[in-house]
Amino acid sequence: MTSNGISTPFSRRSVLKGLGASTGLIAAPGFMRYAQAQSSEPIRIGFQCHRTGIGASYGRWYERTTMAAAKLINEAGGINGRPLEIVIEDDGTDPARGAEVVEKFANQHKVDLVYGTLFSHVVVGSAPAAGELKMPYYVVSEGYHVASGKLNRYCLQPGITDVKAQVRSVAPWIADNLGKKVTLVYPDYAFGHDHRDFFEPAIQAQGGEVVAKVAIPPTETSFTRYLPQIPRNTDVIYHVMVGPAVLTFVKELGEFFGNSGPQLFGFIDSLEAVNINSPGLEFLDGSHFWEGMPRYAQPDQPDYVDFYRKTVGINDEGASVNDANDVSTNAHMFGCWETLFIIKRAMEAANYQGPQDRQKLIEATEAMEEMEAGREHPQGRKIFNGKIHQAFGEQSISKLEGGRLNVVHRTSVEDGLYEAEADYTTQSF
Amino acid sequence: MKVRLLPSPQSLLLHLAVIAALLAANWLLPEYHRGVVSRVLVLAVFAMGYNLTFGYGGLLSLGHAMFFAAGLYGAGLTIYHLDWSIWPAFGAGIGAGLLLGLVVGALALRTSGVAFMIVTLMFSQVFYLTTLYFTTYTRGEEGLILQQEVRSLEFAGATFDLSDPSTRYLAGLALFSLVLLFTLFIIRSGYGRALIAIRENDERMRMLGFNVFANRLVALAISGMICAAAGAAYAVLFGYVGSTLASTQYSILPLLWVLLGGAATTLGPLLGTLVMFYVIDIASSHTTAHLLVVGLVLIFLVLFFRRGILGTIRARWLPWLP
Amino acid sequence: MGFGPYLLLATLEGLVTAAVLSLMALGLSLVFGVMRVVNVAHGEFFMLGAVLAWYFSSLVVGDPAIGFLLALALSPLVVALIAWLSDRLVLSRLKYEPEATIVATIGLLYIIQQLALTYYGADSRPVEAPFTWRIQLPWFGYSGYKLAVIGASILLVGLTALLMMRSRIGLIMRATQYDSETAQTFGIPVRRVYSAVFALGAALAAIAAVLVVPIRQAHYLMGQEPLLLSFIVVIIGGLGSLRGTVVAAVLIGLSDGIISMFFSPTLAKMLATLLVALVLVFRPQGLFGTAAR
Repeated sequence: MTSNGISTPFSRRSVLKGLGASTGLIAAPGFMRYAQAQSSEPIRIGFQCHRTGIGASYGRWYERTTMAAAKLINEAGGINGRPLEIVIEDDGTDPARGAEVVEKFANQHKVDLVYGTLFSHVVVGSAPAAGELKMPYYVVSEGYHVASGKLNRYCLQPGITDVKAQVRSVAPWIADNLGKKVTLVYPDYAFGHDHRDFFEPAIQAQGGEVVAKVAIPPTETSFTRYLPQIPRNTDVIYHVMVGPAVLTFVKELGEFFGNSGPQLFGFIDSLEAVNINSPGLEFLDGSHFWEGMPRYAQPDQPDYVDFYRKTVGINDEGASVNDANDVSTNAHMFGCWETLFIIKRAMEAANYQGPQDRQKLIEATEAMEEMEAGREHPQGRKIFNGKIHQAFGEQSISKLEGGRLNVVHRTSVEDGLYEAEADYTTQSF
Repeated sequence: MKVRLLPSPQSLLLHLAVIAALLAANWLLPEYHRGVVSRVLVLAVFAMGYNLTFGYGGLLSLGHAMFFAAGLYGAGLTIYHLDWSIWPAFGAGIGAGLLLGLVVGALALRTSGVAFMIVTLMFSQVFYLTTLYFTTYTRGEEGLILQQEVRSLEFAGATFDLSDPSTRYLAGLALFSLVLLFTLFIIRSGYGRALIAIRENDERMRMLGFNVFANRLVALAISGMICAAAGAAYAVLFGYVGSTLASTQYSILPLLWVLLGGAATTLGPLLGTLVMFYVIDIASSHTTAHLLVVGLVLIFLVLFFRRGILGTIRARWLPWLP
Repeated sequence: MGFGPYLLLATLEGLVTAAVLSLMALGLSLVFGVMRVVNVAHGEFFMLGAVLAWYFSSLVVGDPAIGFLLALALSPLVVALIAWLSDRLVLSRLKYEPEATIVATIGLLYIIQQLALTYYGADSRPVEAPFTWRIQLPWFGYSGYKLAVIGASILLVGLTALLMMRSRIGLIMRATQYDSETAQTFGIPVRRVYSAVFALGAALAAIAAVLVVPIRQAHYLMGQEPLLLSFIVVIIGGLGSLRGTVVAAVLIGLSDGIISMFFSPTLAKMLATLLVALVLVFRPQGLFGTAAR
């Protein structure tokens, strides 16, 4: 480092800077605990990642977000003064492999906890193993499985909202802005059935009705033949198709209806990692989407969202800064970031030292209630219900205009709240 | 020439030694590997059931996932919805496998060769789609969880918690040993040797007066029962029941395991399942393209070790290996 | 929508399915018929065709028709080359023994799928159709490109039939299929014919994929479902009968669309699959095949 042309290892400025920095460090809580920590062994989190299989596009972005958040946590001193280490295993988006991977994390890698699973069937397949091994399992799935009480006390979903809350949040807006007669188009399996089963009561509560339910087999690659089932008096088509064939679905919708046709409301799940300006998707212009977190940078977005986007490496269009064709899964991946920060907060609250404190960790998480929007929760404010191990948050409704998704409405946390149907805290460990 | 009806002393000794080694492994293996072997033992039972149809019966089925799934759902649904205890549920699983084996066999055995392959594949697809159709009860691909509390077994007056790693291992080993010894005896029996002879030349057997159809049907029924037993065991030992386990992938897997270990050998299925598991496990730690390694291994095997590991060993060095 | 228009829509959709299916099944039937080989990786050749179509079309900016034509020309060639290599390196060494070939092609399936995952990625990517033309009928709109696919498929199937029935190469292939030993004694290089047939079969699958990729998208797992359907078509049509394959493709493509009008889709699939299985059980030689050899 040079100062006034003279090259010295320590300039007065740098020493002062260093002193100032270390004073800051000494004052910071992380440093205090470092002095007290029994070891500087890393905290090891097993990241169950969908590196291959049907979830691979999500897995890629989950991995990037995870590593970005972990790096940030480590730069700030780690957890309880210990560095955070992420151990990654591929579960192939397969439930049986998921369970095996959880066992591998517990018995071979000896991690402190397992985290990061997205697809519902993998979560449900892996949950028994987590419960038996008494391994805290922080999922980032948006499935209703955790909140339903059907898993076990070791499974938590504090960083992302679940589909029941999401569906209930958007129903009022749909009824007020798009129409009260809704046709549901959904994949004919558990994920789609959840949308169907949660949406109908929600829209009925708004004075609306579901006029048709069009179930589509999950492996279907061509949808035109189902479209005639949509009744003529439909105001809104609520679509939540997922899988590689989604682009086909939208294209065929457009071909079928042309310029006349009902309003559309979709869940961005359909188009995660897909460029909304892909050829064939022109039909979506002017339609609305639920977004977990806006893909496109919004003009009024807070600084902490700027910071989050920059750190995980997405540009204003929600694609990778290194490759504009690599579109992110921004509606879900924030869950990884927020969950890691929640884990940090819970470990600090529980004074987590090692696997013997796992139950304390869970109890500390269960005790959480408020999660303020900010750098740790860039998606927005959340409320955590410790009984059902599920977080509730805000949802965004965006309109596709001129090739961009612009947020037109933000639902409140309360819009999606529902009564807890189970209580994990009464279960023993 | 006197025909032995019992296995040779060497074979019996070998099999008992394998079982004894596996028993000891419960206490000798590190935790992770013990867990792996628990799963492998149950899946090896599935492979042994498949081996009966494919290795000894000479029938290439691409639909055995349906038998495994029949056991899985038979046990899983009765426990989950009807609150049955383990033994009756297990029985329901095996019964489902037997019934399915008879029905599918009665229809599919009217075909042979490639048509048999396709027909079994299709019946299996129908079964898979059925599990999705009844998502209300099965939760489809998301699946059902059998909680730890229901997975406790009453046996000889004591209660065993099947989710305990050691108990689980021993339960899996018990089932495996039973099926292994059963296979060993049946292939030496009159029925078994007739089945093998049918595999070699069914026309000749027909001319000799054997009812080829009935023999094969019995093979399929027994095979169905064994695979269903594996499925039922998987449900109660690991606590998860889902449509993925009924998909085509689970019809291809036992074929791979049996071919790798050695078709028409008694211990081949276990070896194949074990090796394949570790190949995937080790490969996935090093590369995301672990299935690539599997593909390469398969091609390598099929080029140079076509009879599978034990099959090659039997052909070259140990002709007495059953 | 009235029953008539609904039926029309289902029929059109069925024809598109049949069009793509006939090409793909034709490829499988050739390989099946001539080489007696079950190629489980046939679906992956289809997928490769689509993925390569995406690649080639992405090289060209401007009019999507140019990119598409480039893909149509190059993609089948590359896939044929890969297939030819697979045959030379692996399948011929196995002397086409049935079980060994199945295992080898399963291995090939995994390899091709994984390589696609590694180099193409996990995402589903669209390819632009060479032209966009929406036909507005009184009851619904329909894609003109889909109609073009039907036409293209008829043309290509016709060309293949011509090749098989009227050309010398076709004669050699049919002779090898009929009796490979005798063919060999007549100086036909059976090994080379096999490699060529395998390559041709793969190329047909790739062409089918290039045609369909503007309608569907290219995804690394897209080969699985068409594989099953192709097998169904080939068996129902009858081993070794090209005419049977085409007829079966049309029948199955059409019925798939029409049955699902009346039943819930999952139930429709179940019934259709069961029906096919039962047809096979009671008439194993399929519609046009010769009785079991």
